[in-house]
This record gives sequence, structure tokens and C-alpha cells, in this order.
Amino acid sequence: MLTFTIRRLILAIPTLILISFVIFMLLQLAPGDPMAQVPLTVPPEVREQMRQALGLGEPPLVQYGKWLRQVFLLEPAVFIDWMTRDSLLLGWLPDTSLYNGELRVISWQTRSPVMEIVLQRIPQTLWVVGLAYVVGILIAIPIGIYSAYRQYSVFDQAGTFVTMIGFSIPPFFTGPLLIVIFSVQLGWLPSIYDTTHVVNDWDSFVVQLSQMVMPVMVLALQITAQFSRYMRASMLDNLGQDYVRTARAKGLKEAVVVNVHVLRNSMIPVVTVIALGVPAIFGGAIITENVFKVNGIGQLLITALFANDLPMVMTLTFIFATLIVLFNLIADVLYGLLDPRIRYD
Amino acid sequence: MTEPVPASPNAIAALADEGPESPPRSQWQDVWEQFTRHKGAVMGAGFLIFVTLAVLVGPWIWPLDPQELDIRNKDLRPIYSALWNGTANVSWAHPFGTDNLGRDQMAQMISGGRASLAVGWAAMLLSLIIGTAIGVAAGFFRRLDGVLMRLTDLFLSLPILPLLLVAVTLFRQPLRANFGPEGGMFILIVTVIGITSWMPTARIVRGDILALKEREFVLAARSIGTTPWKIILRHLLPNVLSPIMVSATLGLATAIITESSLSFLGVGFPSDYPTWGKMLADAVPRMIDYPERVMLPGIAISLTVLSVNYLGDGLRDALDPRLRGR
Repeated sequence: MLTFTIRRLILAIPTLILISFVIFMLLQLAPGDPMAQVPLTVPPEVREQMRQALGLGEPPLVQYGKWLRQVFLLEPAVFIDWMTRDSLLLGWLPDTSLYNGELRVISWQTRSPVMEIVLQRIPQTLWVVGLAYVVGILIAIPIGIYSAYRQYSVFDQAGTFVTMIGFSIPPFFTGPLLIVIFSVQLGWLPSIYDTTHVVNDWDSFVVQLSQMVMPVMVLALQITAQFSRYMRASMLDNLGQDYVRTARAKGLKEAVVVNVHVLRNSMIPVVTVIALGVPAIFGGAIITENVFKVNGIGQLLITALFANDLPMVMTLTFIFATLIVLFNLIADVLYGLLDPRIRYD
Repeated sequence: MTEPVPASPNAIAALADEGPESPPRSQWQDVWEQFTRHKGAVMGAGFLIFVTLAVLVGPWIWPLDPQELDIRNKDLRPIYSALWNGTANVSWAHPFGTDNLGRDQMAQMISGGRASLAVGWAAMLLSLIIGTAIGVAAGFFRRLDGVLMRLTDLFLSLPILPLLLVAVTLFRQPLRANFGPEGGMFILIVTVIGITSWMPTARIVRGDILALKEREFVLAARSIGTTPWKIILRHLLPNVLSPIMVSATLGLATAIITESSLSFLGVGFPSDYPTWGKMLADAVPRMIDYPERVMLPGIAISLTVLSVNYLGDGLRDALDPRLRGR
């Protein structure tokens, strides 16, 4: 198991470098020019200097090499410095000062380091999308268990129908629909997610809760649809097994048979699927964030795309790719840990 | 010596096998019967055929130009809103109403559905062809397996929607210049959806081919000198048809949703070319006054995708003999 993990971790490095190379070269074809906004009165030689300051004007391969150095050496250095200087966990360690003012990955929109903007946006995305993920799973698992246990019952049929609806109605339709019903007609919930809202007492907590309900529910519908299907299929596989009959034959209560024996075995594939879905949380829900005006990662990516902010797009897609590769690996390892029948050697 | 007793004709007749009472059933008859037992799948198939026909022949039945501006008749409500609102501004000339520029909503729905479904079908076919080709190659030729499956893993670890957006913003200009604004966008969107969604098909097909090629009938075919190409075409592909068909329906559903999402985010077709997703996105700012402009395309997308999903569910039950007869 350990050798498998190490081998996969080592294999992940060339994969990630290849992915980043592909994305970088794709972005080199982009038609936009970061200097397009600069007034025409700026003389060409100054313009050229500004270009150099942004790290442009060199061959693509050199730019790619510099980007790799910035992402893999400078950003970790900044992070370690922050850890040892300001964080609570490791703040007692002496300040490492590894970073000494070299050029980090700079956004062309704001001229500030990309990672700082990403760190500003991460909490909003994690709150909304992460909470939706948790809520969706918490709803999906009981539904999946019960519809499998009473296969083809009314509950199962209704569950299948709701699942199908969750798969089929896109978030850019459910979002506006909920806004019309709950914000406009009933006036219960705000239609825009206010990220500057500070929670410091009960009333502001209620406001925060009410503004989170709609985006979380829109996302949770899709997540519930997906996971209740997995849960149902996995439960159905296990309910027919011989060990279930044995458990019943030795006189265990039905609740114990289903909720302990069958559920534990059925969770194995579901847990790995849950792990595979985690990168999507960090990736943000581009469309839902757009509908409810949550300024999270997804919204950051799309504004960066429209503004031709290539370093931002590059770094964000690379972060997403890293998370996907990492959680694929975690899912495989989890599968091996949870299921003793799986051997990777 | 006793003479052999001649057997009575009746006894021989009794020994003879009776012919089967019903004619033999073909595999496809079984599939069809199981399929028709799944109510949702039949309804889904019916609705999909209806929508496809409606957008294909619709322009002849409803010959209004979706782009024609009729500013005097702008902001008409759909005809059914007269049921609960007697003063609603409706007209039989525009049963689904008109938008803020006076364009007929019915004609827009038809031509928007045309674009959405055309993108869906084309992207699904493209991803199916790529996925099947790569899956068969990886499963059948051992030398290609490692390379192709690493490639599949690589594509699976790419973040899809961000990359779609990147690709669309990057290649929009050159394709528009070469194929015109609509043709260029069509090619771009279909290609981009196709080459980012073939991986599940490839994995399923490879798995099935790996198991099938060890079976006796493939060995028999090989022993009489069948070329690999013929083995694939005659013996392997028909056997992986059912997973391919199921992933085709899933692919159609995701392709329609992806196209609508791109249109919704404003990176889809040009602004004067209606698709369902674009109509929905354009209507959202004025959704409080004119909710039907959001509802009509939204319901159209949702129902189409729902019917495709139900169709896929029914096909999976019907094509898999292990699930049949439950």
C-alpha cells in the first residue's frame, strides 16, 4: 500500500508538469494583449518596458520555465514564511524569510500576486459549495439506503424521479427560478450573496443563513441526485449477497443487518466517489456562483478569462488539475484501505 | 425367430418433436419488449422524437423569421396568460409572445432548439466515435493500451468547464473568420465538447473489449484467419453496442447542458443567433416582468434532458440481459 502510494505520488509529478505545459502552450495562442488597455500616448519603448515587467517578451519556453519556478519555489517560500510568521499553528518557530522580494505570479488585472487573490476568494467558495456538498451527501445517503431497501416501492420511484430531475434541470434554470419564487414573489430570501456580511451576533447569523439557502440548495439538488444513485446501486449490489442472508439467519435485527453490515460494505465505493468529487468544491460552481453573485473561485476564473488575465487563468486551472490528480490518488488509496480484497501489488 | 413388429405410425408420431408453438424470438424483439415495459423510457423516447421533429419541420409550419424585428408588437405575453390575466397583452399572431425587440418567441424556440439539439447530437456522435476508437484500440492492441489509457487519465484530470471556456475564448476569432460566425461557433463548440467528453466511453469500451477478446468465439475467428480489423468490426463491436448506446444517451444529455451553460455564460453562439441557453440568459434580467421568457427555454432544456436520461435508463435495462425481466 505504501509503495503503491509513493509510486503514484512520483508518477503524479510528470503528469502535472505535462498538464501545466499543455495548458500554458494553449494559453500562448490567446489573441489578447495585456497592453491593450494602456493609452496610446504611452511611447512604444515604455510600453516595451511594461511588457518586460509583466514577464512578457521572452520565448514561450523561457516564460514557462519562469512560471514553473514561481509556482514551485517562490509561492511555497511565501507560504512557509507566512506560516512561521503569522499563523497560530507554527508562529512560535523563528521566521524563515525564504522569500526575498522576487517577482511572484502577477495577475494582469490587478497587478497583485495571483495567490493572494485566490486566498481571498477561497472562503466564499468553500462555504457555499462545500456546505452544499455536505448537505447533498447527508440527504443522498438515507435516500439511497431506503430506496434500495424498498426497491420499486413508491418511495423508490419518487426518489428516482427526483434524481432524474436533479440530473436534468441545469443550475442556470433552477437558480433564477428560486430567485423569482423566494426573493421576488415571497420576499423571504435575498437574491444576491453578500460576501462582505460579517457574522457577529444571532441576527447577522440568520441573515448569513438566509443568503446561503438558495445557492446551497441549487447545488445540493445536483449533488443529491448523483450520490443517491451511487448509494442505491451500491446498496442493491450488497443486499443480494450471501453474507446478508447469513446475518439474518443468525438472528440479527433487520436494522443491524441493513445499517451495519450492508451499509458499511456499500459505503466503500461511495466514499471513493465522494473523494473524487472534492476537487469540484474548490473549482467552485461557475454557473451557480454567477447566478447568485457569489465572488468565489468560479467567478474569479470567468472574470479572468473575459479580461484575458492569462497568469490567473493558468494558475487557477493548474490548481484545479493538481486537486483532481491528488484526489484521484486519494480515492484509489482509500479504496485499497477500505476494501481488503483490493490489492495494488 | 420372431418377425420384427412394424412400429405403429402413431407411436412414431408421438416420439417426434412438436414444433415450437411460437416463432423464435430474436434478441432485438426481447430488447424491444423490455424497453416498452419501462414507461419513463417510452415517454422519454416519444418526447425526444417529438422535439426533434418539431425543430426539424417547425420552420415550415411556423414560417416566421426568428430574427425579424417587429417593434410595434414588442413584449407580448404568451397566449395562455390571458387565462388568468384578462388585460394581458396577447395576440394570436404570436402564441408564445414576443421579446423586448418584438422577435417572435415561438420561432425563436424552434430555431433555438435546432441549434441546441444539433450541437447535442453532433457532439455526442463525435465523442462516441473518439471514445469507441480509443477504447477498442486500447483493449484490442496490447501495445497501445498503456499509452492510450495514460492519455485517458490525462484528459480525465483536466478541469473540463474551465478548459472549455479557455478554448472557446481562444479559438473563437480564427474559426469565425474561416467559417462564418454561426458555422465557426458550431464547429468550435461541437469539437470542444466532443474532445473533452469521450473518456468514460473509452474506459467502458476498453474494459468490455479486454474481457471479450479472450472468449472462444474470438479465438475461433482468429483461427480461421480473420484479420484483426474484421474481428473488431464483425465480432467485437456488436458485442459492445449496448454500453456504447447507453453512454451515447448520457453524452447527448451532457452535451445539451454544456452547450446551454456556455451560451448562458455568454461564450456560445453569436448574440443574434438564438439557442435555448442564450434565450434563458437574455431573459434573466427581466425575469420578474416576463417570467415566461425564462420558463419556456428552461422547461424545454430540462424536459429534453430529462427525456434523454429516462431513455438511457430504459436502454440500460433493456440491453443488459442480466437486468431484464425484473
